[in-house]
Amino acid sequence: MTVTTNVNGNVSAATASAAASAAATAEASGPQSITMAKALNTAMADAMRADSSVLVFGEDVGMLGGVFRITDGLMAEFGEQRCFDTPLAESGIVGMAVGMAINGMRPVIEMQFDAFAYPAFEQIVSHVAKMHNRTKGKLKMPLVIRVPYAGGIGGVEHHCDSSESYYAHTAGLKVYTPATVADGYRMLREAIDSDDPVMFMEPKKLYWSKDQVDLDALRAEHDAGTSTEGRAAVARPGTDATLIAYGPSVPTALAAAAAAAEEGRSLEVIDVRTLVPFDDETVCASVRKTGRAVVIAEAHGFASVSSEIVARVQERAFHYLAAPIRRVTGFDVPFPSPKLEHYYLPSVDRILDAVDDLQWED
Amino acid sequence: MTIHADHTAPEAAVEDQAADVQRKFGISVEDYMLPARHQIQMVNPDGTLRSHEEQGTEPGHEYPTPSDAELMAAYEQLVVGRRVNDQNSALVRQGRMAVYPSSHGQEACQVAAAMCLSEGDWLFPTYRDAVAVMTRGVDPVEAMTIFRGDWHGGYDPKKHHVGIQCTPLTTQLLHAVGVAHAAKLRGEDTVVMAMCGDGATSEGDFHEALNFAAVFHLPVIFFVQNNKYAISVPLSHQSVAPSLAHKAVGYGMAGERVDGNDLVALLAVMDRAVKLAREGSGPLLIEAHTYRMQAHTNADDATRYRPDSEVAEWQAKDPLTRMKSYLTGKGLLDDAANERIAEHAEAVATQLREGLGEDVPVQPLDLFKYVFSKPTPQLREQSELLADELARAESAENHGTESAK
Repeated sequence: MTVTTNVNGNVSAATASAAASAAATAEASGPQSITMAKALNTAMADAMRADSSVLVFGEDVGMLGGVFRITDGLMAEFGEQRCFDTPLAESGIVGMAVGMAINGMRPVIEMQFDAFAYPAFEQIVSHVAKMHNRTKGKLKMPLVIRVPYAGGIGGVEHHCDSSESYYAHTAGLKVYTPATVADGYRMLREAIDSDDPVMFMEPKKLYWSKDQVDLDALRAEHDAGTSTEGRAAVARPGTDATLIAYGPSVPTALAAAAAAAEEGRSLEVIDVRTLVPFDDETVCASVRKTGRAVVIAEAHGFASVSSEIVARVQERAFHYLAAPIRRVTGFDVPFPSPKLEHYYLPSVDRILDAVDDLQWED
Repeated sequence: MTIHADHTAPEAAVEDQAADVQRKFGISVEDYMLPARHQIQMVNPDGTLRSHEEQGTEPGHEYPTPSDAELMAAYEQLVVGRRVNDQNSALVRQGRMAVYPSSHGQEACQVAAAMCLSEGDWLFPTYRDAVAVMTRGVDPVEAMTIFRGDWHGGYDPKKHHVGIQCTPLTTQLLHAVGVAHAAKLRGEDTVVMAMCGDGATSEGDFHEALNFAAVFHLPVIFFVQNNKYAISVPLSHQSVAPSLAHKAVGYGMAGERVDGNDLVALLAVMDRAVKLAREGSGPLLIEAHTYRMQAHTNADDATRYRPDSEVAEWQAKDPLTRMKSYLTGKGLLDDAANERIAEHAEAVATQLREGLGEDVPVQPLDLFKYVFSKPTPQLREQSELLADELARAESAENHGTESAK
């Protein structure tokens, strides 16, 4: 593999130092405290080092490193050929990525915000999702569409949508959403490796969440081919009821479980991780064990991933249920303005209320 | 794989282009980007060659006449293309094809778009470009599978470097841009032909594709077949620009307009465009003036929105009779050649009748096979459900047959 430097060679000192610090992080070994942003950044850098067909592009992802800095330092390390800014046009970004995937590349593209991805909807639904099927597998679509999504950051309108259900509803798309720092690395590496298109939904309120993570161990895990696709994680074991959550709602569910434990109730928390493909087995095994379940999601509840989860669980575990499955989701209203968002978002109290409603007295 | 070092930065590309145009054509880059004052036409509708002065040429817009061998090969494809269009329309009437958007009247554009390319180049067609797809070498029956109704596509796009015939308008132009961009990053000299119609120029993806191609300085030829109608809506409702080719200058690329029923002019313009693109001149936009002689598809009724007199006017400009008169007048086309070409066209028509008449059994379980590289557990479950349904239907049928005995 040969990777040459960009022709201009005029990368800023800031970008260069970011690259140097990225490299330093990459070299350190053993557990260290890193953010999900860093885990995602490292995953892209590692994938780009391993395979020169991996390209990163989008709006402001080059010199600036992305508005959330997730692509920080990539242009400095890999050159303008492999990490670059495009004109401001989301359909163009996705459509061009389709062509690049047809012609041997593995594009990892960034939609700046959830609601700014909508102009690309036709390319995603009509081509990204269907190309493999239409050509009976002759054309693969190994592309990753990264979408910072959901609320909790006091964002203005069009910056906080939970758009995962649109994509999960579309046959031919895989939909991943990490909730932990380690999964940020694991799942993005796996998405980039995938020959199928992956909508990679990044909970933006978790970008700056930190955890003790051993990157070298994660790299070794990746190289050994360990997979998270279609494998939900038991984020906290419990026996009395199951909280099923994904992405931004996982920490809220864990906080609720911790609070419930103080009251003597043992809640198991399942982190779904990949919405498509969905891990029926792990989710249903937990519900069969506990007999009670609450599904938690930020997205509007109506016709959503959360309704799908309820439907699937009752189809498979109806006779194990001691109570109807409850949901705690966003209300069916447009995502509210910053001062109102806490009324909208699933909260610990709302989850505990739902748990209390699971017919314990019967 | 090597990622090519020579990926010119946008600013540098603009300066290079100005110098390049001055050197090659002796005109300013603005004049180079504007199309010629009149559409490029080399052969009159009656088949006579226009004098060089009459061809509408001016500095930067002068085109040499293609070689006799190229013209004869293209004429043969033109005859085949016309025969294919008419054969397919007949197969639709007989119920052997679900639908066929015919390019009858536009065959010169179809042939030129495919023939100007080299083997490693790519073509991105629309649903009306089946003749271009075939001319590029795709098996005729495979090319028409999409219209037969057993799968959404019938050929391997990688085999002949032909994208799948695109039904959503204009989206394929961006795929063309991506293919060109990937090739450029690897230092390959691939040229990509991106086809669309006049209606498609109103779509947002048209703008995004041309702009991306220009900014990244990619070897893409945007080829607009202006056949005057988007189903029923005339061009005047799509755009009031002086011409569609004039849109090029707004993106910083060269535009040209050409008589789309004049195969000689088309080949001349397209050949030069491919050469320029391959040499690194960036993208180009070519507008071909042609006419959709038949309805949008068999489901459409063109008499509701255009007068017969207009159709008759274009009948007189037919690309096939024009080329035939020209080549006959030039002494290139004799009875023997005519006979040989007619036989070739008939052989392809027979291949289509036989291939599409054949009732190929569909495979219901294929529904689940290609959604992803490997079916998900949910798809496996649904596949088993359908398999079980099929098995029960089969056993009921066998049981019925048994009892009848």
